[in-house]
Amino acid sequence: MADSRLPPHRLGLIAVALVIVTLMVVQMQWGWLPEYREAILDGLWLTVVLMVTTSVAGFLLAIPLGLVQVKGPRPLAWLARGFCTLIRGTPLLLQVWLLYYGLGSLFPYLPGVRQSWLWPYLIESWPYAFAALTLSFAGYEGEVMRGAFAGVPKGELEAARSLGMHPLTILRRIWLPRAVQRVLPTLNGELVIQLKATPLVATIAAVDTYAVFGRIRQETYMVYEPLLLMALIYLVLAGLITLAFAAMERAGSRGR
Amino acid sequence: MSYRDMSIGELLALAPPGWGGALLNGLCLSLQVAGGGYFLGLLIGMAGAASKLSGGPVARDLWACYTTGIRAVPELVLILLLYFAVPEALNGVLTSIGVGEVSIGPFVSGIVVIALVQGAYATEVMRGAIRAIPRGQIEAAYSLGMSSAKTFRRITLPAMLPGALPGLSNLWLIATKDTALLAVVGFTELTLAARQAAGATKHHLLFLCAAGVLYLLVSLISNAVFKALERRATRGMSHG
Repeated sequence: MADSRLPPHRLGLIAVALVIVTLMVVQMQWGWLPEYREAILDGLWLTVVLMVTTSVAGFLLAIPLGLVQVKGPRPLAWLARGFCTLIRGTPLLLQVWLLYYGLGSLFPYLPGVRQSWLWPYLIESWPYAFAALTLSFAGYEGEVMRGAFAGVPKGELEAARSLGMHPLTILRRIWLPRAVQRVLPTLNGELVIQLKATPLVATIAAVDTYAVFGRIRQETYMVYEPLLLMALIYLVLAGLITLAFAAMERAGSRGR
Repeated sequence: MSYRDMSIGELLALAPPGWGGALLNGLCLSLQVAGGGYFLGLLIGMAGAASKLSGGPVARDLWACYTTGIRAVPELVLILLLYFAVPEALNGVLTSIGVGEVSIGPFVSGIVVIALVQGAYATEVMRGAIRAIPRGQIEAAYSLGMSSAKTFRRITLPAMLPGALPGLSNLWLIATKDTALLAVVGFTELTLAARQAAGATKHHLLFLCAAGVLYLLVSLISNAVFKALERRATRGMSHG
């Protein structure tokens, strides 16, 4: 086992990589790290929270989006398809700015908004970040869910109907679980993409990992050290997502 | 005349004081960077797929590091990293061979960044498409005495195209959308142009929506073109 995964050339590559990392640690300046530890952890927390919450919310939105495209009234299906096209056809950065600068600039002029309970939230940046990331995930995943709903074998749905199940029961017991089961393997990639989308919120002044490192770069006048560490952090996060999914898949296949 | 009193038509007019010309300029830059990056990315992908499929063990591992690393790090971080690193590295090389420094504009750096990102994804797309070609077709070409370059041009390329086109069309759409990220390093492509117009005129919604419509048009037109290409590449195959 060990020698099949570690042939000599790979040992050599690992040695080279270790030399490079050691050189980086020794030659570059990392003295700023302790001072910014708290800030980095805070940023990391916001990144993870944004990724998880927007993925969950986006997925919940994607279910009806996919469903109405497969079996909904025409106008609703068109609306859902239009929404997916719109989201998938424009850059996320533009969507973030459109929500924050575009819609955000309209709110103060709406009568009554300034007095409402919503106002304290509307002047923050995270609700816009959350909304933009959620809508984006929903747009991409809605398309995937459409395929998943359409791909559930007809016979299973007919069998459920012939047993006299209510359409909603069919959806809850057969259609939805089978569709979700089909998209699970693709979720890994989608989550990594969502993770990679979160730094965009730094452009509207939400302080995530990317924003923290931007501040570090400005305050320490260093270019590469913060950027490399930040790249490493995202690399590790993406790796953790992939590992978690691999573990889940193994746990899932054990039962069968 | 202040922007406040201008109508939408006047604001979007091509000639100043309208900002339509600036938007179209941005769109042009976006498309050029996307096109250049996409083309270079395809070349990288071609090389990557070839060496991942038939290269030595070291080359294969190095390509794996490249594709995994690029695909796991946010494009925004890569853009910052490469935007600073590429000109510096290039100048380092040039000075060491005695040519002297050249200044690399944001345009070229942008293309290089997009190309490196695209290359990682293109490698995977092409590798998958090439692997889907029945082995016998390529062996038949070799047995007829074709050189490997000729085999690639006459057999592999046409045979992999139907399998690769959906992925490649997706990559082109990603390339056009990734150019928007260059706004963060101050390159005036479409998104930043829209933002500048919005900031100057205080008509945020109008200009950001206008940019959105332009992007949408680009995607819809590209989609149609790639659909047509796909139909052409798969003619003679059973659809189904």
